[in-house]
Amino acid sequence: MTGRNDFRPSRRGVLGFALAGAVTAGLGVRAAQAARVATKARIIIIGAGAGGTALANRLVQRLDGAQITLIDPRAQHLYQPGLSLVAAGLKPADYVVSKTTDWLPSGVTLIAEAAAAIDPVAKTVSTEKGQKLDYDFLIVAPGLVLDHGAIQGFSLDMVGKDGIGALYAGPDYAAKTWQAASKFTEEGGVGLFTRPATEMKCAGAPLKHTFLLDDIASRGGAKGKYEMHYTCPQTALFSVPIVAEKVRMLFGERGVATYYGHTLKSIDPGRKTAQFETAAPDPATGEMVKSTTEMPYDYLHVIPPQHAPEVIRQSGLSWADKWTDQGWVECDMKTLRHLRYPEIFALGDVAGVPKGKTAASVKWQVPVIEDHLIASLQGREGTEVYDGYTSCPLITRVGRAMLVEFDYHNNLVPSFPGVIAPLEELWISWLMKEVALKATYNAMLRGRA
Amino acid sequence: MKELTFGTVIAVFEEIFGRGLFWTMVALAVLVTLAYFYVLIRDRAMSMRKFLWAQLSMPFGAVLAVIFVQQMTHSGLRDIGGPVDVIVLLGVAVLGAVGSAILIYTIQSLLRPSRSGQNS
Repeated sequence: MTGRNDFRPSRRGVLGFALAGAVTAGLGVRAAQAARVATKARIIIIGAGAGGTALANRLVQRLDGAQITLIDPRAQHLYQPGLSLVAAGLKPADYVVSKTTDWLPSGVTLIAEAAAAIDPVAKTVSTEKGQKLDYDFLIVAPGLVLDHGAIQGFSLDMVGKDGIGALYAGPDYAAKTWQAASKFTEEGGVGLFTRPATEMKCAGAPLKHTFLLDDIASRGGAKGKYEMHYTCPQTALFSVPIVAEKVRMLFGERGVATYYGHTLKSIDPGRKTAQFETAAPDPATGEMVKSTTEMPYDYLHVIPPQHAPEVIRQSGLSWADKWTDQGWVECDMKTLRHLRYPEIFALGDVAGVPKGKTAASVKWQVPVIEDHLIASLQGREGTEVYDGYTSCPLITRVGRAMLVEFDYHNNLVPSFPGVIAPLEELWISWLMKEVALKATYNAMLRGRA
Repeated sequence: MKELTFGTVIAVFEEIFGRGLFWTMVALAVLVTLAYFYVLIRDRAMSMRKFLWAQLSMPFGAVLAVIFVQQMTHSGLRDIGGPVDVIVLLGVAVLGAVGSAILIYTIQSLLRPSRSGQNS
């Protein structure tokens, strides 16, 4: 016989335990979807990026008989939140690349051409090869244009050489950015970081790149022989004041010198200098005084001005009195519906709303557009509201980040209040950025999150 | 994050380790667990001698699990920034410890099946 301390399971007990486990695991499976809406509506989505793809997947799940067409010439789908990691040597370039068609559901048509013109009155979209398509609803989600040409003396073929980086330009350029950046983190010198005066994708990315390179340099060959200079045209480091203050303190701790009111205008790669237009208040009168200044660099990170694609600006969809130099789509900031053409919605980077040029924003915008579009098909009013939700896992070094989430009102809206503090540098927030974010993004693309 | 479903959690783990490695690890974990139940049911008893060895392996399992997660995520102990990080770290360590205990116990039982009266 066995001793008194021995644990003696019975077959029935073990089987019962296993069954209980299986039932618990099954709890996560969602109940059947709501009934699908029958419609013959012709829905055109311009752009098969994060927004267009996610919305197409959700509409296919919700609608029965709709004719959904995506227009996008890009064969590659880019997971853009990963570019910061590629440009810091933490992930390879192909980490962010997949095929556009990998994410599209059956039952939608992809036209692999650029949209050339939109006629919001006749409700037609023309493609570059001359196809003309009618629509009942149009979602404009073409993303934005990086205007590298606006920086004089700079061109993309310089990226990766002579200390020049530009991680926004795509996966290959992000990898080349790391070539230049890694040299800086080994040899040291002056690191010069910029951001544009226009609205931009993920305003946290310029900060992340600065934090990451500072961290890597402080542990690499450049330790003790490098300087970090961060420039921005704005008067704060981040649009949300409480976050801006936190970043200001972190920059102070890390010894990153900050230059407000500095807009990058041109570079001289031969002399390794960058020219800025500066704006500072006159001490006597308080008026803003413009001037120019030149700063030397050994590593320069360029983020160009950004604006809406030409097809949007030419079609009369842009705001007439706001962002006139950038052309973002005129839409209601809560429903994303065009203010003059109710059958048009703006989604993602191109939307003319005060916040929200991130994939996390898209995740929250998509269900709102879906709701209002389907409500229109049913002849009722939609109820969902987008309140400016934007999330930024703001990396503060390799291994730590702050999970910053906020809305139109500059309020912090943490997903895990009391557990993950938004303004604390945490390992768990880094884990989310490095490992959980892409999975969540992919689930969003498939319309599952 | 708006909602956290079972599917999202699975997708997240696939992302962390890569799909192949993740499902290989799941398969291994399931196999070891099944083997563990198999030896429990077969022997109708837990051998405390084997369990002692299993317990001795726990600290090693805990440390290995932590090192594994840190290697996979380019991070280290210096990145622990707040209470929630300590909880996550301990959670990883506990999983590693329990996993290694089950593994060691099962291996011993499979290699040296106990005979009635010799295992106490």
